[in-house]
Amino acid sequence: MAEPAIDVRHLTRRFGRFTAVDDVSFEVARGAIFGFLGSNGAGKSTTFRMLCGLLEPTSGTALVGGIDVAADPEKVKTRIGYMSQRFSLYELLTVDQNIRFFGGVYGLDARRLAQRRAFVLQMAGLEGREHQLARDLAGGWRQRLALGCAILHEPAILFLDEPTGGVDPVSRRQFWRLIDVLAGTGVTVLVTTHYLDEAERCHRVAVIHAGRLAAIGTTAEVKGVFAGRPIVEVRSRQTVEAMRALDAMPDVEKTSLFGTAVHAVLRAGGAGAHDLAGRLRSNGIAVDSADEVPPSLEDVFLDIVERADRSRGTAA
Amino acid sequence: MRGALAVCRKELRQIARDQRTLFILVFVPAFFLLLFGYALNFDIRHVRLAVEDRDGTPESRAVVSAFVDSGYFDLAAAVYAPRDAERLLDLNEARAALVIPEGFAREVRSGRRAPVQVIIGGDNANTATTVLGYAGSILRTVGAQLAPAAAQAPPGLSVEPRIWYNPELRSTLFLVPGLIAYIAMITAVASTALSIVREKEMGTMEQVRMAPIGTPSFIIGKTIPYFLIALASSALIVGASMTLFGLPMRGNWLTLLLALSLFLAGALATGLLISTASETQQVAFQLALLISFLPTIMLSGFIFPISSMPPALQVVTWFVPARYFLVALRGIVLKGTELSHILPQLGALSLYAAAVLGLASLRLAKDRG
Repeated sequence: MAEPAIDVRHLTRRFGRFTAVDDVSFEVARGAIFGFLGSNGAGKSTTFRMLCGLLEPTSGTALVGGIDVAADPEKVKTRIGYMSQRFSLYELLTVDQNIRFFGGVYGLDARRLAQRRAFVLQMAGLEGREHQLARDLAGGWRQRLALGCAILHEPAILFLDEPTGGVDPVSRRQFWRLIDVLAGTGVTVLVTTHYLDEAERCHRVAVIHAGRLAAIGTTAEVKGVFAGRPIVEVRSRQTVEAMRALDAMPDVEKTSLFGTAVHAVLRAGGAGAHDLAGRLRSNGIAVDSADEVPPSLEDVFLDIVERADRSRGTAA
Repeated sequence: MRGALAVCRKELRQIARDQRTLFILVFVPAFFLLLFGYALNFDIRHVRLAVEDRDGTPESRAVVSAFVDSGYFDLAAAVYAPRDAERLLDLNEARAALVIPEGFAREVRSGRRAPVQVIIGGDNANTATTVLGYAGSILRTVGAQLAPAAAQAPPGLSVEPRIWYNPELRSTLFLVPGLIAYIAMITAVASTALSIVREKEMGTMEQVRMAPIGTPSFIIGKTIPYFLIALASSALIVGASMTLFGLPMRGNWLTLLLALSLFLAGALATGLLISTASETQQVAFQLALLISFLPTIMLSGFIFPISSMPPALQVVTWFVPARYFLVALRGIVLKGTELSHILPQLGALSLYAAAVLGLASLRLAKDRG
């Protein structure tokens, strides 16, 4: 196996007395799509900024494309592409002028720029819109143009910081298809996201909580925390009452609200979904359905965050 | 260098499409010049004068007509009782009163001192000083005409004032260079500061930071367009000052260009420094107001002479580049001063520009990680 595209060891970053990233280690293989999950302020962005050479680590090392980010941040920048949630384009420039500008700051010569420009226009589906102002583009187009500008210089590693915020579902799907294609050509993609359905599309995910790496692995591996702890999805018109009744049952570990449904995590060796529904009905609660469901990443995420907070609480 | 070029080209395209910024950069300076040039005028004309001529002789009438003919004074009323002049001043119907005592002509003819009284409303001290100056100069002239014998027999010493470079003491000629400095400063500082902070607000700054473009390239690319625009806008206001306000050009154009360029370099660097300390355009604008616009008006000698400021404040003026630029600019256009005589000022401007640019680059490089 070739050396990993990204190799992070004991990466730590403190701001004064606050530790934003705390002893984080992971590897990302070439051509992989690696997802970063975590709530706001969990340390995702700080990690990204260190990996992109924008922020110096307090301690630990990070090799990006084989380059030590602390030793040679400028060189890292030639190897990576970066796109953020804001799709930072110049609103007052046309599609074409934006491409030319980013080609310029990435130091592309005229011949390569022409080649890459054609590729980006085709990839983003912006042919024929070259002379439209960026501000007049709809969300999905802007997002794909921003992606195009970020990969003009054919980076080996692509950082996407919440790339699909504020974009309609169709565009999001289109965008992810592009990401899959890029990864297929060997580009390593690191992506942070709030959307757990997007995280399902990653080859591997890392859950960051309070600056620490709380879980890492393939989505299936990460979901393994629920092995022996079945999840029952209860649908009822009396959601609040159902939750209260479930919480009172000794074989229910915890409950959480998922849209209009309640997810109840059962303790190992507990009763099945059918039994649970019966007990709820005998409490006078109308149950529309109660089925065992596979854990979603959201279940995993909430579970990890809760447990991390609990262990922190006992430690404190 | 390709990076700097790309930033430069992008900036020009953005400015060209951003009508509002373009308007601010080109027309607001011209508007300011008109506004200030016509309104900010310390010359005083048509001062309403009340006259109380108690003498009523040809000599006394000559004094009155000298006042009225000078163009500085308009005869508001001729009064005959002391109370009346006082009342007119109180009611603000007259700004000044001229009282010629009885026996004025007699004293003049016999070659003795012939006092006349001038009363000026001191509620506006600036105006009062100016009016006093006019009155004194008129009285000297008319005094010399009325009593040539007395004037030709001086008591040993006589002062004959000559005002050079601006013989009519037109305050416009004194103020317009200050305006040029002020406008050039605003244009250069605001445009750089706001354009960089706008990139921070839009998030494009972060995007550019991710690119392997060095800080020097970024700064060069960012400032060159604004330097050119500020230069063009300065040329526009210098031209307008010459056609509209009769500003002379007695010196060398190249010397002027050199002084202006050094001054603008300092201003652009100031804008850059401000942008490193602000996250929003609003903060940037307020910082610009505080550290460059206000000092350029108050502490540069534009309006208030530096030599009459308290010593502590005089020290502060050392860090106001407009102070040096004004000396150079007034020298070049009004006096035709040679390059060699304004070297200290040009040196100070270069020093300021270099120091601020260095500071801004350091901060920017640190900002960029």
